Amino acid sequence: MKRVSIFLSIVFLALAAFSQGYKVGDVATDFRLLNVDGNYVSMADYPDAKGFIVIFSCNHCPFVVAYEDRMIDLHNEFAPKGFPIIAINPNDPEVQPQDSYELMQVRAKEKGFPFAYVFDDGQKIYPQYGATHTPHVYLLERVGTDLKVAYIGGIDDSPRDASQVSERYLANAINALLEGKRPEPDVTRAIGCTIKVKAN
Amino acid sequence: MPRFFRNLRLILILLLGVQSIVVAQSQKTIRMMSFDDFEPMLYRETDSLYVVNFWATWCAPCVREIPAFEKLNEMYAHRKVKVLLVSLDFPNQLESRVIPFVQDMKVQSEVILLDERNPNRWIPLVDEAWTGAIPATVIYGTEFRGFYQREFHFEELEEIIQPLIN
Repeated sequence: MKRVSIFLSIVFLALAAFSQGYKVGDVATDFRLLNVDGNYVSMADYPDAKGFIVIFSCNHCPFVVAYEDRMIDLHNEFAPKGFPIIAINPNDPEVQPQDSYELMQVRAKEKGFPFAYVFDDGQKIYPQYGATHTPHVYLLERVGTDLKVAYIGGIDDSPRDASQVSERYLANAINALLEGKRPEPDVTRAIGCTIKVKAN
Repeated sequence: MPRFFRNLRLILILLLGVQSIVVAQSQKTIRMMSFDDFEPMLYRETDSLYVVNFWATWCAPCVREIPAFEKLNEMYAHRKVKVLLVSLDFPNQLESRVIPFVQDMKVQSEVILLDERNPNRWIPLVDEAWTGAIPATVIYGTEFRGFYQREFHFEELEEIIQPLIN
């Protein structure tokens, strides 16, 4: 009986560690996910990148929609400096039909996304990162052969209204890395739509 | 023709007048609040148990669990359980989405709309563990405080509050 309870507590600890996902400084996993253009995308496909702006994103969430134009601008500003955006849709389309791969293609075309917009088919990647909502940003920097998490959180301090932004948390974090400094803050919070999974 | 325009103007003025009366009435029921005004509602020191749920009309899991909070509010009112529904809808959708939703669902719990620009400032003030995903719920009384970043069924809410009110 005692052994069982010890085993269970280990399982719970493991689950707790798993569900927390990455913290700043952790090494992030690469992935191979289907892009809206029909090709698979991995971070390994970008040998020249200094890092990546990984944004867990989707079609349906109003807070994502509010950020789409700013995401396009961020990619256009920072991809040439070595930090492209890769947007990942982690939602189960059976739970949220608006977030199907086909509708990702439609949205990417409507908005003319200049960045990869890939589908976490089978929902294997987002739990490793520990993403909980969309939009949820993980800024990665290349350190040797690793990709390390440098910043986690939101994009700026005014999700609802782009005209009211006074602090660009994500852009400031990338600029810090480009100057060889540490992002400050390196974690911020933003309201977003829960990642959609089937009920147990 | 000028008479037609005059009449049109009159109709417009009447319509606008009616609209502003409706707005005035509805804003009595759903207050727009800054975080500083709202924050004391997270720390009331009375003998009640408070259930503060963060939601939005566009959040499907939030909408799904609202009946559970409503049932809690109704069934446990006599046990001093109070539900507060904090909408995170965009403030410019108070009239077009939130009020119609609350009216259609015949929501009886208190509803407010949190009108704040920077979530990075106020999210950690609600709870350090909150990453920002909704639904999220704070349940608190004088000797208990719990934060839940998850969706609830009624029975699960009951399980939490039962030992706290007995």
